[in-house]
Amino acid sequence: MEKTRVSRRAFTKGLALGLGAAAVPAGAAAFDWEAFLQKRFREMSEEEVARTIRRLERDAARRWKKEIRISAAKAMPGVVFGYGLDLSKCIGCRRCVYACVEENNQSRNPQVQWISVLRFRKDEKWSDLEGAERYYEPPAVPEPGFFYLPVGCQLCEKSPCIKVCPTGATWREPDGIVVVDYNWCIGCRYCMAACPFGARRFNWAEPTIPEGEVNPDTHYLGNRPRPKGVVEKCTLCIHRVRAGRYPACVEACPVGARKFGNLLDPGSEIRYLLDHKRVFRLKEDLNTRPKFFYFFSA
Amino acid sequence: MKAALATTVAAVALLAGMAAAQGPTERVTPGTGDDVPTLLVPHAPSSKNFPCSKCHRHVKPNPEKRALDLAHTSISLRHAEAQRWCLDCHEGDRLRLPNGELVDYERSYVLCGQCHGTVFRDWKVGIHGTRTGAWNGEQYYRVCVSCHDAHQPRFKPIAPKPAPIRPADLGRGFRE
Repeated sequence: MEKTRVSRRAFTKGLALGLGAAAVPAGAAAFDWEAFLQKRFREMSEEEVARTIRRLERDAARRWKKEIRISAAKAMPGVVFGYGLDLSKCIGCRRCVYACVEENNQSRNPQVQWISVLRFRKDEKWSDLEGAERYYEPPAVPEPGFFYLPVGCQLCEKSPCIKVCPTGATWREPDGIVVVDYNWCIGCRYCMAACPFGARRFNWAEPTIPEGEVNPDTHYLGNRPRPKGVVEKCTLCIHRVRAGRYPACVEACPVGARKFGNLLDPGSEIRYLLDHKRVFRLKEDLNTRPKFFYFFSA
Repeated sequence: MKAALATTVAAVALLAGMAAAQGPTERVTPGTGDDVPTLLVPHAPSSKNFPCSKCHRHVKPNPEKRALDLAHTSISLRHAEAQRWCLDCHEGDRLRLPNGELVDYERSYVLCGQCHGTVFRDWKVGIHGTRTGAWNGEQYYRVCVSCHDAHQPRFKPIAPKPAPIRPADLGRGFRE
């Protein structure tokens, strides 16, 4: 009788392979190793970024039945974005909220909105952002005796949300935009707890967008369609502003309350209003150094 | 398309108007001190749209303050109406500045700026009003009357978009 001799080495090898195969999820054929092994966005080479984007575009096209373009445009040199919002103009109509939702492919159901418009009574203490009214629904705005304060990402220079991220999935770009790599977000929501402005949103369920309403012009770090279980936030319309355009909310505002520009350009609108208007930032005492400035033009 | 929509206003023409507005003694040489950028205005009003003389060639304008029930019935003046009436701002097919200087409708902002100087200043640098286009390049302005009705400039209240869904109700929308 001939004995089959199995070397220790071959045995270990076989064991490892068997265990490995057992560890692969049931639908092994569908398991996307490329997505599983994807590096951090900032650590990828140009070639790897291009390959990743090709894969994401393919997946997005399959999911949304539409060709989705995902850009990976880098920050322009010599640009730090600043945002101005004129509180003497804002009428609380929420046009910006819905323009943002459409532009940035936020989930319609369950509802995700990056901008919250808060309403305050004019004669009351109004520094309590958390307790503010955000579900007001009068027949017409502005209502006498009230003023409105839209809040989104405040573009902090020392962002508490970035510090707490355990996977390094969120960071500040050189142009000041705080971004999220949805492929590295594990959905722990530490950043949401850390943000003093409540600016981050979580995809509690698979996002849904009506067919035909998906914006195909996207950016990897911005409005590309997100999966369930990741955190998302305002990116100043990164796909627009890095192409030289204004954010969607700026163009949607019917009263022209929203201002945007390059803080490093002395001739920009944002610099003019910083120099000439009464400006304040939310929760300055926290020293997060927001680049989002509220001002009064009148 | 862009060219069709946009109206380019020569800085020279504006300076002439400004100089005239400040008094006949002051002359500004073209090309200096210009702070109104090239204006690209979608749907800009034009003197061609206001052929007042078509009728007023035959009908002498009535300077009396009165209820407008024969013509111009759509106009209801709510703009310092106690102090002014039609001919304070209109003359022929053009607009009349307080000093009698006439400007075209294309430059109606010069007339507005005569009283609203601080707003005019903010508008020129992009703080007042809506801008679209490129933050680092070609920008589309709106002139005052693109957003404000010259005869009733105050904005009317508008209906707000729906309030967000309360977190307590959010779960109902889940489709798993």
